[in-house]
Amino acid sequence: MKPESPGSQTMSAAASGRATPADAIALRGVGHSYGDLPTLAGIDLQAPAHGVLGLVGPSGCGKSTLLELICGLQDPSAGTISIGGATSAEARLGRCAFMPQRDLLLPWYSAIDNAALALRNQGLGRREARAAAAGLFERFGLAGFEAARPDELSGGMRQRVAFLRTLIAGKPTLALDEPFAALDAITRAEMQEWLAAALRTDPRTVVLVTHDVEEALYLCDRVAVLSARPGRIVAELTAPRPRAADRDAAVTDAEFVSAREEAMRALREGSR
Amino acid sequence: MRRWLLPLGLIALLLGAWQIAASTGAIADALSLEDFLVPSPVEIASSLWENRELLAENAWVTLKEILLGILCALLVGVGMAILMHRWRLLRDAAYPLIVASQTIPVVVISPILLVWFGYGIGPKVFIVALVCFFPITVNALDGLRSVDPEAVKMMRSLGASRRQRFRRVEAPAALPSLFSGIKIAVVVAPIGAVFAEWVGADAGLGRLIQSDLANYQVARQFAAVVVLSGMALVLIGLTALAERRIVTWR
Repeated sequence: MKPESPGSQTMSAAASGRATPADAIALRGVGHSYGDLPTLAGIDLQAPAHGVLGLVGPSGCGKSTLLELICGLQDPSAGTISIGGATSAEARLGRCAFMPQRDLLLPWYSAIDNAALALRNQGLGRREARAAAAGLFERFGLAGFEAARPDELSGGMRQRVAFLRTLIAGKPTLALDEPFAALDAITRAEMQEWLAAALRTDPRTVVLVTHDVEEALYLCDRVAVLSARPGRIVAELTAPRPRAADRDAAVTDAEFVSAREEAMRALREGSR
Repeated sequence: MRRWLLPLGLIALLLGAWQIAASTGAIADALSLEDFLVPSPVEIASSLWENRELLAENAWVTLKEILLGILCALLVGVGMAILMHRWRLLRDAAYPLIVASQTIPVVVISPILLVWFGYGIGPKVFIVALVCFFPITVNALDGLRSVDPEAVKMMRSLGASRRQRFRRVEAPAALPSLFSGIKIAVVVAPIGAVFAEWVGADAGLGRLIQSDLANYQVARQFAAVVVLSGMALVLIGLTALAERRIVTWR
């Protein structure tokens, strides 16, 4: 069984930017435990189609686990998770693309072959997959690096290729696990602007896990603050100016600063 | 340059010392032996040349045993590693057995195989495969287990089937480790082959060495050892070359 043309499907989804309710995320009473150790408890969360939801919390609070639950890599021990009505892990996995914490570019593939992995998995040949990914390389400032080995790329470029790999999968939802945690401060700020621009031109429903409150408030529409283990939601904030074109102005804005203070306060209280 | 010059210089030095000690009869005197029992490098070289056809015939027999043995070990070993990686239960059950296969003394099993299967090539290939099986299987399995679990999650999320995950992530990740195993196998394979021939064979370098021992053909015996070492070195070189061509990302 070969899909007709996953490449063009990716492109049309990317071009149209049409939000359908099918892409919305809803979590109800989600709990999780490893053996006897409860890691998450009573999580209720919602994100509309093409909304960007941030999850921040102290280390070890279970936010990465929550992300894996959402994208169907695991099933929760309690509660339900739905992505556009799909509730089984298998169905969620089909609607959600996961970007792990480290870029995990495969060293035996070139940059473009890494980015096009999902297309190869859908049954496309190497040439067709490369052709489908080439346009996005151009658009995302990676032109000329198609044939580069992953270890020849800078940290920021590796993250861009990893993000493209997630995007090209053509799924309505993206699950990003601390995508920029390994980068230096300047590159991280650049990458945040880059991701904001990418989501402006190619909107998707996104769940973003980060430990950086500023990153969450800049990139997300809403930010949920989790407590220390077992993770619960201690605060939910609305970002004042999500994905503004001028990042420097946005993050120094008075409203943004007070939202950041509020999030930090919630984070501190939740960590106790 | 330095990488080649230094070992070559050392070899030349050792050969020179041996040549002087042997041709002056110093070694033979010290050991109170007849001179012909202590051949000099020059005598070995001339024996190598004079017996080139005989040595080539026997080397070909031994080479066939080595290559077939390594091939069998590769097929069975890599197959076992893949199955054991796929099924935890099989790994737990079979791992002790694989370790045990390495403890079987070749000295003991070779005569038994000779009794069971006769003088043909079969028992030799079996012995070579037996000594190569362990390094290949264990290294292939280690390589498969070294795969980052996060990479597997990433691939699952990108819609990869189990087969695609194996082909695109697990198999390439296991290759460097597999090559380490093959390099060890290539070194031990000639030893296994010679030993298997030693016990009972009608051709091969191992048999030649053994019959020359009985006939005090010491120079030709050394010549056979030179051919055997040369063969092993070429095999290691070819393995390293293949590794460099295939594992280009290291």
